[in-house]
Amino acid sequence: MLARLLPHPILTVTLVLVWLMLLNSLSLGGLLLGLIIGITVPLTTAAFWPGRPRIRHPLKITAYVFLVLWDIFVANLQVAYIVVFKSNKQMRSHFITIPLEIYSPEAITVLAGTITMTPGTVSADLSADGRSLLVHCLDTDDPQGQVVDIKARYEARLKEIFE
Amino acid sequence: MDLFLELLVAGLIVFGGVFGLVGSYGLAKLPDLMTRLHGPTKATTLGVGSVLVASAVFILKHQGSFSVHELLIAIFLLLTAPITANFIAKSFLHRQVDPETDLPPTGTECGWASFDVPPDSDDDEPSSLTIPRRNQR
Repeated sequence: MLARLLPHPILTVTLVLVWLMLLNSLSLGGLLLGLIIGITVPLTTAAFWPGRPRIRHPLKITAYVFLVLWDIFVANLQVAYIVVFKSNKQMRSHFITIPLEIYSPEAITVLAGTITMTPGTVSADLSADGRSLLVHCLDTDDPQGQVVDIKARYEARLKEIFE
Repeated sequence: MDLFLELLVAGLIVFGGVFGLVGSYGLAKLPDLMTRLHGPTKATTLGVGSVLVASAVFILKHQGSFSVHELLIAIFLLLTAPITANFIAKSFLHRQVDPETDLPPTGTECGWASFDVPPDSDDDEPSSLTIPRRNQR
């Protein structure tokens, strides 16, 4: 009964929290409306989202978020430096292939998003079987090193969180 | 203290403005679409981010309450920017890129998802997409 009413409990909690944050205040009315939204949205969209993502180590998410925020900060400085001071001719941009060790769609989505937001890389495509990721590097002399970096820095952590 | 906070807010806004400018400059200067994607996905994130921090500090000082809207904007921005970039990249791959010559191999038996069907799918719709795009134009 409860599982049918709340097909995605995490989504429900997230929606209620986002609603309260949008209101920017804590009130009973806001909480009730948030709960209504938090229950109806997962119910009506359940058909599009059959599986429930499994999160093994929720606490490690916080560490991951701070790591990524720091990397975004560094990425911005690097990309700004490249944009302003490097001529287009000196730029060596490549497509690289990252073979994946993670299987969960959520983990792959987060990895692709992280890659896009961090130093000099944008994820462009996934292989049709979902086993490797196509990434574009803005400026790199060592494409293979980039692959190793991304796998060690982000994929290994996501593997711990999701799998 | 007031002066310090005002200097902080002003500094953050200028810092954000500079990064917004650099991101837009990158959009204009870089040579092709894939490299141009790097500008708006990154440089502008820090630009918007520091303006948001400035706004949070300002509201904290003037209304004495913490505003979570800035945090929400930052979260939505971080969630949507990579998806937009990915959509643009995928449509670029579809229209302008030849998977045989321009892309590295996938390292698996399947090709890239923009050009190949998933192995266990009965969906024959994407097979029309495997016709080289250049001949269609």
